Amino acid sequence: METYNIIVNGLAKRVSVDPGTPLLWVLREELKMTGTKYGCGIAACGACTVHLGGVATRSCVVPISLLGSRPIVTIEAMADDPVGRAVQDEWVSLDVVQCGYCQSGQIMSAVALLKSVPKPTDKEIEESMGGNLCRCATYVRIRQAIKSASQRLKT
Amino acid sequence: MLEALMTGNVLNLTRRSFLRVSATAASGLLVSLYLDLPSAAAQEGTAPKPKAYPPDAFVQIKPDGKILITVNRLEFGQGVYTSLPMLLADEMDADWSQVIAELAPAADVYKDPLFGIQMVGGSGSIAHSFQQYRELGAKTRAMLVAAAADQWKVAPDQCRTEASVVHGPSRQSAKYGDLAQAAAKQPVPATVQLKDPSQFRLVGKEVRRLDSRPKCDGSIKFGLDLDLPGMKTAVVAHPPVFGGRVKTFDDKAARDIEGIRDVFEIPLAKGTGVAVVADKFWTAKQGRDRLKVEWDLSAVKPADSAQLFAEYKELAHAPGNVAVNRGDEKAMDVIAASNRIVAEYEFPYLAHTPMEPLNTTLRFDGDRAEVWAGSQFQTVDQMAIAEVVGLKPDQVTFHTEMAGGGFGRRAVPDSHVQREAAVIAKRLRGTPVKLVWAREDDVQGGYYRPMHVHRVEIGIGEDGMPKAWRHVIVGQSLVAGTPFAAILIKNGVDETAVEGTADTKYAIPNFHVSAHHPQVNVPVLWWRSVGHTHNGFVMETLVDELATRAKIDPIAYRLKLLSPDAKKLRACLALLEEKSATWRNSVPRNHAVGIACHESFETGVACAVEVSIEDQRPRIHRATIAVDPGVAVNPLAIESQMQGGVGFGITQLMAKGGITLKDGRVVQRNFDGYTPPYIKDVPVAVDVYIVSSAERPSGCGEPPVPVISPAVVNALAKLTGKRYRSLPLASI
Repeated sequence: METYNIIVNGLAKRVSVDPGTPLLWVLREELKMTGTKYGCGIAACGACTVHLGGVATRSCVVPISLLGSRPIVTIEAMADDPVGRAVQDEWVSLDVVQCGYCQSGQIMSAVALLKSVPKPTDKEIEESMGGNLCRCATYVRIRQAIKSASQRLKT
Repeated sequence: MLEALMTGNVLNLTRRSFLRVSATAASGLLVSLYLDLPSAAAQEGTAPKPKAYPPDAFVQIKPDGKILITVNRLEFGQGVYTSLPMLLADEMDADWSQVIAELAPAADVYKDPLFGIQMVGGSGSIAHSFQQYRELGAKTRAMLVAAAADQWKVAPDQCRTEASVVHGPSRQSAKYGDLAQAAAKQPVPATVQLKDPSQFRLVGKEVRRLDSRPKCDGSIKFGLDLDLPGMKTAVVAHPPVFGGRVKTFDDKAARDIEGIRDVFEIPLAKGTGVAVVADKFWTAKQGRDRLKVEWDLSAVKPADSAQLFAEYKELAHAPGNVAVNRGDEKAMDVIAASNRIVAEYEFPYLAHTPMEPLNTTLRFDGDRAEVWAGSQFQTVDQMAIAEVVGLKPDQVTFHTEMAGGGFGRRAVPDSHVQREAAVIAKRLRGTPVKLVWAREDDVQGGYYRPMHVHRVEIGIGEDGMPKAWRHVIVGQSLVAGTPFAAILIKNGVDETAVEGTADTKYAIPNFHVSAHHPQVNVPVLWWRSVGHTHNGFVMETLVDELATRAKIDPIAYRLKLLSPDAKKLRACLALLEEKSATWRNSVPRNHAVGIACHESFETGVACAVEVSIEDQRPRIHRATIAVDPGVAVNPLAIESQMQGGVGFGITQLMAKGGITLKDGRVVQRNFDGYTPPYIKDVPVAVDVYIVSSAERPSGCGEPPVPVISPAVVNALAKLTGKRYRSLPLASI
């Protein structure tokens, strides 16, 4: 066990865990922040996506010992983020979700995309969202909601 | 109970149910539905004892006007959490903005009115509970109106209702929340007039989901998110070959990890495994990785996909147990070989892989147990847990948790996940334990859509239409050895293996379908749209091939071949033609259009897709769907299911969209080896059109799945000239 000081959604947190523990399980089991989901554990589904130092990252394969000082932002902070809120609102407005399990990760990837590319093309959407699996296949509406959020943020 | 389903002795809600209401200061009006099942006492002529039910209100009107509506089945994406409350709220004239949905625990009153067990399956939620939820709403409304009429000394029929308010003839008005206590004292009407569809305020409208926001901000709790005080997490090391048993195991390295609490051998549905219990999931999984287990595989027969395909193909050369024998069996013999098509199809095992890994949380306290699970089969799972821990089902409190997908994987006749959890919880008596199947357990753990071989011989008439059709289907039975066998296996044919072919809507005069069900050591299970996954593919690719050969437009050919009473498919094809003709006639060069239609679960679906080839893979640019589900309760939800079902169906076409076994071991481990569709694999746009209908509603969860993969390969056939008969689609 080692003790780590990390910054999650702007707040300083202290956790004592094995150095190999992935960030995903630190969030879910130590900090009880269950909005970030476990889907595969091998960075193949994107359900665990968080922003690490501003970059969309699969938290299931990042051991806490490699975090360094990079701040962590999770789905729980999106309602207070202007881009995050716009994306969530479009998701609700277009009735994107079905089972909803992958949507935390989808939204984190979409927000990261819109922060770096405010007006993404279909190809850019496919590239940025390409690693986020949705077994309900809500992809058609995800694509629409990203475009609507982009429009909303522009105006 | 299950017997009801087994014997086909389904419950008749209208005859054997009654409502009971109660009032408390805190809860306002509680409307419960009681199923008056004939008990042993009643059969002997004595008065039935009042049965103690759990809190089972369907509707609860709070004094503040909030209306809680209980949903009698699992929500796992299909939208019942919104659509069922819509039905009740509409008849009740409730203020929709005040409606709160909640998932029902396991209880008799929440059983599916037709199936007789509490479950989601067979696309039956709306189909079976349409009448039930409307009547509940109408009766609740009648009591509220009666209470207001009493207060105002007017006749109930002088009152009208809107948005949770009763209005009287002299401009009186009273809110439902204020009337709730008085309404609870009113007698429950025996019969009630339901609305004429023209009076619907919610049904037929595009109503957004009630569970969207909490699913977008991370606040919703799925079963896997559950955290109880003192809870432990368990994972299980399963045998590498189905049915294997633990010979010995060394857990020293595992137990050295801080936070590992217990390691022990447990019985499985087949064979045995080793359970690792820890404070946290991550610790438990690390512990499992360090186990050294020696397995006894001497008594198990290892399955091997390549070998099975060879055996299946051999079997397919001779007819199996007869499913349909229509017309003249010898009609084929007089058709020249040049006018025949012989086609052999291969389908792999498919895993469901819902996004939320399988899990169940359970606490056993000696004289009772409490369970939290996202289950499609509450009744079955509750009974299984009760059996394992030695209690009666009603001593097992069963909470239905929001589930992250399922697609059939949470409707398991042997309840193997719940049984594992129960065995572990029994040992940990008093401590809640969450059993988690990691993704690898799920991909490698069986309960797959079975692999199949179809062999079809078609004799074509002078007019280009099929005159004789011999069809042999080879694949494991889904239900053999389960309580469902009694109703689903007839004359040695598992109906779920031949559905979509045996009951085809095409009018083929001389039609012979048979099936072989080999026994294989791989657990199998229904996968969204069940037998239609492979039967729809075979029928729709062959019919397309016939149309091409006859040089007839694929939609026109299908309309010509469909039986006159295939009203839903005819309506779908007509709507598809109308809505897609423009774009179909103007696709770019190197793009092609594919068509398919299929009816399943009483819902017709027709589909047109535009496809090109990119990087040796099909690129699906757009799809137009026409669907006939009878009355469209929530068009927005129907569109979701069509779009999503199409995406789910594409799983079959993915390069890595198959589970294979080698020497009894599953080759794929996770989403790297078994890869369902991502965003680029599904159509960029899916336009959905709903046939206008006043027929009773049928389901929409499964019917879109069967059409997409045949439509796509029918388009590919135009681009390459090849017919695609083996899935997954490895090369084009």
